[in-house]
Amino acid sequence: MLAYIAKRLLAAIPVLFGLSIIVFGIMALIPGDTATAILGAYATPENVARVNRELGLDRTLPEQYWVWITNVLQGDFGRSYNLNRPVLDEILERYSATLVLAGVSLVLCSIFGLLAGIVSAVRQFGWADRIITFFVLIGISMPAFWLGLLLILLFAVQWRILPASGMFAVYGGGDFMDLLRHLILPAVTLAVVATGVIARLTRASMLEVLRQDFVRTARAKGLSERKVIYAHAFKAAFVNVIPVIGIQAGFVLGGAVYVETVFQWPGIGAMLVNAISTRDILLVQGGVLLVAASYVLFNLVADVCQALLDPRLKT
Amino acid sequence: MSQIAASSPATEPSARLSSWSLLLNNRLATGGLIVLGIIALLAILAPLLPLDNPNATAPADRLQPPFSEGHLLGTDQLGRDILSRLIWGSQVSIAVGLSATAIAALAGSLIGLIAGFARGRTDNILMRLIDMLMAFPYILLALAIVAVLGPGLLNALYAIAIVNIPFFARNVRGVTIGLASREFVDAARLSGKSWLAILFTEVLPNVLPVIVITMSTTVGWMILETAGLSFLGLGAQPPQSDLGSMLGEGRSLLFNAPHVSIIPGLMIFALVMSINLLGDGVRDVLDPRLRAGDLTRPRAVTRIERKTKPKSTIDTDAILDVRGLETSFQRGRSAFPAVKSVSFSVKKGECLGLIGESGSGKSVTALSLLGLVASPPGVITEGAAYIEGEDVLSKSETGIRALRGAKVAYVFQDPLTTLHPLYKVGDQIAEAILAHQPVSKDEAKKRAVDLMEQVGIRDAAERVDAFPHQMSGGQRQRIGIAMALANDPDIIIADEPTTALDVTVQAKILDLLQDLRTKRGLALLLITHDFGVVAQVCDKVAVMKDGEIVEAGVTEAVLRDPQHAYTQKLKACVPELGQGKAFLDGVRPLFAEAAQ
Repeated sequence: MLAYIAKRLLAAIPVLFGLSIIVFGIMALIPGDTATAILGAYATPENVARVNRELGLDRTLPEQYWVWITNVLQGDFGRSYNLNRPVLDEILERYSATLVLAGVSLVLCSIFGLLAGIVSAVRQFGWADRIITFFVLIGISMPAFWLGLLLILLFAVQWRILPASGMFAVYGGGDFMDLLRHLILPAVTLAVVATGVIARLTRASMLEVLRQDFVRTARAKGLSERKVIYAHAFKAAFVNVIPVIGIQAGFVLGGAVYVETVFQWPGIGAMLVNAISTRDILLVQGGVLLVAASYVLFNLVADVCQALLDPRLKT
Repeated sequence: MSQIAASSPATEPSARLSSWSLLLNNRLATGGLIVLGIIALLAILAPLLPLDNPNATAPADRLQPPFSEGHLLGTDQLGRDILSRLIWGSQVSIAVGLSATAIAALAGSLIGLIAGFARGRTDNILMRLIDMLMAFPYILLALAIVAVLGPGLLNALYAIAIVNIPFFARNVRGVTIGLASREFVDAARLSGKSWLAILFTEVLPNVLPVIVITMSTTVGWMILETAGLSFLGLGAQPPQSDLGSMLGEGRSLLFNAPHVSIIPGLMIFALVMSINLLGDGVRDVLDPRLRAGDLTRPRAVTRIERKTKPKSTIDTDAILDVRGLETSFQRGRSAFPAVKSVSFSVKKGECLGLIGESGSGKSVTALSLLGLVASPPGVITEGAAYIEGEDVLSKSETGIRALRGAKVAYVFQDPLTTLHPLYKVGDQIAEAILAHQPVSKDEAKKRAVDLMEQVGIRDAAERVDAFPHQMSGGQRQRIGIAMALANDPDIIIADEPTTALDVTVQAKILDLLQDLRTKRGLALLLITHDFGVVAQVCDKVAVMKDGEIVEAGVTEAVLRDPQHAYTQKLKACVPELGQGKAFLDGVRPLFAEAAQ
């Protein structure tokens, strides 16, 4: 198993390398002159040349990449011009808030997606299946940014039982219960689409597995239908669903952009939107790199989980 | 997915409906089509409709609620008519979504076609690039692209299109690879066509359905995501507006005038949902596997709908007595009989061989006895299966389950697919014991090791923790037999137990079965297509053809003097050493028949 994990980690290195090139390319492709952006439109050519030299912008792109990547690997992502603080500090702080939100959402969508998919497959064509199918269709068509507003209207404005925005109450907040209260609406909003996708795939995978020969063998042994479905069919179906959950991690991390904006959650998604609007390129660069790298890691974890359950993959 | 396919009646292969009527048969897809049609019509006709100017501000009339005079859906913070803005905004959103889809489909399909057709290094480089794009979380990549291009509706469109390229590239490449090695492509190559001509005249037409399916499943997403970027303020910039930017601008008024943001959101939702419903319908029509309705869940016991109710108990000296069994497969409204009035009996300690070519109904007969035929489509329509004089098919589901694996056990063909790939073989055997006997888990596991030793697996104590894929074919089949023996059954039904094995292993497995039969006195129903096997093991034989038993009797008598022409042909298929040309002459009529 350790050998398998090591192999997967090694295989992730070129992917991370490719990611870093794309992310670096983003900065290089940005139209406009960075030195002029710093010094203003009336800078003298001498000053522009000096700033370019200081920032290393007079060198070739591969050289610039080399300087940048070695700095990044040492934890130096540069400084944010607007926030006037190191990019690393800002993105780590923001990222931890996003991780809380995305993590809870991922747990929610996995649990409910799997449950809904199983029930839907087992009660195929029954009323439960129809209702779940209908809600899944609604779920995967739902704009998260709109659903968030609806939930705020209902739970925060109409019924006044949950806070409308933020991560902690401004006065007297800060404990775990306070965080939980603030988490519910954004986490549910973020989980809805992924729940639909997972439910759909679980249903399809269950129906496919239930047709297979080893399920017939389980029945021929005289096992109860409950065992046939949950011990035999679901185990095989679950193995197929795990990578999909890994992919949903990407959708949840991406969807956080909307949800954090709607609920003013102090996460990295909302930060990126602001940074793009204010053209704070180093902040965008660092944030995108961090989230993309963590997504690679999530997928790796999903692969390892799959191999843990399926001995055939452990080679 | 099949939930959509299910709502439309299953089609009969003989009368295949046209794609359009198939789509319209699907209620949800039709609903989606109607809603989408209305929205699209409104959007197209926007210039002709008696609407206010969507950009005409009227500060005096600001934030009118819906249904107020002159403003059906109210007004926004600048007094602009929301209905008018909604319809004009829909026009923008639909146009942007469709353009993004077209760009993504064009670029992605081109990459997929070239990669799949050229293979080799081109394929490798292109696909690594696609993988790179997919390594980004979906929306994040779009954000990064907008960061490069700067906010704006057109830039958002490009961003969303680029993000969706991988879906097209991957799907199209997959199909192209399959097509590139097909005969008609080879033929075109030999006829001297250039590769470009082959790609566009031979391959592309066959790839089109995949492109259409991918378009229909991604266009909803693309509309949603471009609206999302506009919502974030990175797409449409004022005064231009689409549904997303309307929603985004109205958000700050959520507490005072929720309708300003809720109404455009509802429109996005209706648009995307109707597209998704239609998209699901389109995919079901174009994906033949779903069209056949294959993915329905089989029930625990085959559906039993016998026209006449047989006696539930009879007097018989046979341990297994099958009378007038009929099983058919239902496709749509028509039923295809697979087993037609089959009767036979097996006594204790006896072995009956059920022989016939594939498709003759012998396996279905065997599976019908304990209701193991997948249902749907299987239905048992007539007859009875008496075990010790009691009809199995009259029993409840629980009653049948109590027999399965206990009094009657199955050994299946190809144990690689019939054993669960994710459970250790020992656990699978132990599970069979635990299903019928009140013993502890440890005890069951110990017995599993014993059983494995009995069926001749060396190092059973070690192999007990092996997974099926770690064993050889012969060993796996032994596991299957050990599992069948777990509860000391009276009857074993072995369905082609040696077909997947090579000849030496086959002989050993047959010896093992023979040995068990004489030692334990169990009745054996052996299903095979091989007269050699029958001659070696069986006391009696029944020959099946097209779902009927055409000849039955004591093995030696049938072998010595086959009455039915089909039996003679089957017998001729058993080659003997030194027979040579005579053997080929013997099997020739079979091929002639198969060719008809």
